[in-house]
Amino acid sequence: MSMFGQVYVKNNQYKIKGDFHHLTPNIPIRSADENWKLLGVTNPRDMTYIHTYGGEAIFFESLSKGKLMASRCDNDKCEFKGTVYQPFRIHCPDCLGKNTVIDMTDLAKKTAKVHTFMVCERSGAFNLLDKPIKFINVEFEGVSTILMGYLSVGEPKIGMKVTPIFNTLDPTYTILDLSWVPEGTPEKDLPRGFSF
Amino acid sequence: MITFSEKQLKTPKMMRPVYLVTAGQSKFDRAQPDKRTEELCVDALTQAAELIEMTPAELKSHIHTCYYGHFADHFGDQLLGEAVIHDRLGLDPLGNIGIKTGGATGGSTLWEAAKAVASGYSDCVLAMGWERMDEVPTDEGNFLISCAADKDWESPLGHIYTGYYAVMAQKYWQVFGKQEDSFRKTLAEISVKHHGYARFNPYAQAPMKITVDDVLNSPVVANPLRALDACVMSVGAACAIICDEATAMELSKNSKHKPLRIWVTAASHTLRPADRRDMEIPLLPNEKADQYKDLGERFPGGDRYPGFTGFLAARMAAYYAYNMTGVKDPTEDFDVIELHDAFTISDVQSYEDVGIRPYGEGRDYVESGDCYHTNPKTGKPGKLPSNLSGGLIGCMHAVGATGIMQVFEIATHIWNRWAEIHGDEKRWKEFNREKPSDWTNLQVEGAKRAMAISHAGVGSHVTATILMDPDNLIKEDA
Repeated sequence: MSMFGQVYVKNNQYKIKGDFHHLTPNIPIRSADENWKLLGVTNPRDMTYIHTYGGEAIFFESLSKGKLMASRCDNDKCEFKGTVYQPFRIHCPDCLGKNTVIDMTDLAKKTAKVHTFMVCERSGAFNLLDKPIKFINVEFEGVSTILMGYLSVGEPKIGMKVTPIFNTLDPTYTILDLSWVPEGTPEKDLPRGFSF
Repeated sequence: MITFSEKQLKTPKMMRPVYLVTAGQSKFDRAQPDKRTEELCVDALTQAAELIEMTPAELKSHIHTCYYGHFADHFGDQLLGEAVIHDRLGLDPLGNIGIKTGGATGGSTLWEAAKAVASGYSDCVLAMGWERMDEVPTDEGNFLISCAADKDWESPLGHIYTGYYAVMAQKYWQVFGKQEDSFRKTLAEISVKHHGYARFNPYAQAPMKITVDDVLNSPVVANPLRALDACVMSVGAACAIICDEATAMELSKNSKHKPLRIWVTAASHTLRPADRRDMEIPLLPNEKADQYKDLGERFPGGDRYPGFTGFLAARMAAYYAYNMTGVKDPTEDFDVIELHDAFTISDVQSYEDVGIRPYGEGRDYVESGDCYHTNPKTGKPGKLPSNLSGGLIGCMHAVGATGIMQVFEIATHIWNRWAEIHGDEKRWKEFNREKPSDWTNLQVEGAKRAMAISHAGVGSHVTATILMDPDNLIKEDA
């Protein structure tokens, strides 16, 4: 019986269990224009990758606990000391020193607003979000960069104030655990599993 | 980085003159189930040989190293596809290398090839690019393209690259386009123009005789962009032969055209547009230090540079290229241009990034009629015709080949061979395409200098390739 591939780490080595690929046979591709002559074959692939978040793991773990973490360069010798990065950067892009992890949940709740947005009717394969997807890029006061995300309630508009919400009930430990709603949205309107 | 040192801003220098001797390309189409990729590459190389009156074997005997542009291994399920093509072209044991920089892969391949000749390592090199985007259905294809975004921070958000791009379009639309119907119509005109020019190009995949209303009534992809605002997905190959001066002259002995000087520059910016920090606008030679100080007043929201409205990588590729070759004003100094029109709106953004118009005023390049082969307002030749191939919207976007197709196209104008190559009845027939009864010669008369911009999604990599007739250089020691 097949079993989802599972992984844990012990002694800094991956330990794997279950099936990481599934076998499906090739099927011939023939030409209806030319007496069904052979043109090629299908090549099915179904496999699971193993991926580390490394120094960004704390960002994704924190989402599941309702916290939005950013990072800040505190290197006295860096020309851009004090710059806050969201998306989280493990290292300062200027001095390459290790950044300090900071909690910016309250800052996001107070200052987040939509920098730009896009409502997208289509998605690629493996998409898990409901369509249309309301992509928003969120800016914060005192943060040098902008964060890409998605709006779960209402219609996006440039300059609109938004509040972060977190999938704390059944986290996926991906960026999908962070979403946004217009400021003032009541808790009852949040998608299942999400809270402020 | 948001400030740049003098060393980083150094004008690039080639150690010796580099020439584009010939080029070739295959048919482009959404799917080509009757041909393996190597057959398309053979088509391209065979044409390159024919254009200088040589056999492929004769041309191959001059090649010393090979540069292969192929973006997406996972599309064809073939890692190191470059090695397969190299083998099938019969070019062992020559050194070869694969190059991938997203949508700019074709331009980057030329960048590597030109540097190899400039350095003296090789006297004659092959730059070949291709893409095969027909081996998965469109949904899966969109997923594979989205893998070029950051896989932890962006790709899981819909697995749709258009979404990551379109947020930039939305910002430009609101800030610089001011959501005006007239601007929306200007965008539609670009699509009409590119699909229209594609009608005269036998290689092109999406020739269409359409109107502005057809574009405005096509299905919404991501507001304000509609289906006819977007580039096509393609299969095809294109190549160029790049040489030092002595080899260029030798290979051109029997050619109808002379070899052209070629320069290629490149620049980059983080592939997460959201992660772009504010900076001052780097200026091109035709811009003044104080010209953008009131940009935010004229266009509220437009004071954050590059923000979501400018492509820093395009600006920097142009900066290096213009200073390297002595170009002062692209509209005055070039005769024809090919831009990376992934979407109509990013075409407009590029006009500003490369200095054809100042930031905020890109639409004027279309509205003035300057971008047409024949200016529809005056009936006279357009000042700087763009994308006469049909571009990515009308001709093709076989990613690894795109930047090379653009250079093939601008070269045919300087060679004065556009009509011969695009009008050849035999080629239309071979591609099983019908030559339109109103086929029009788009040769830009007297073209001496041209540029092609190759651009990766959201502007993560951009190259600028400049071609010049060697007897019409701007800077003699470039």
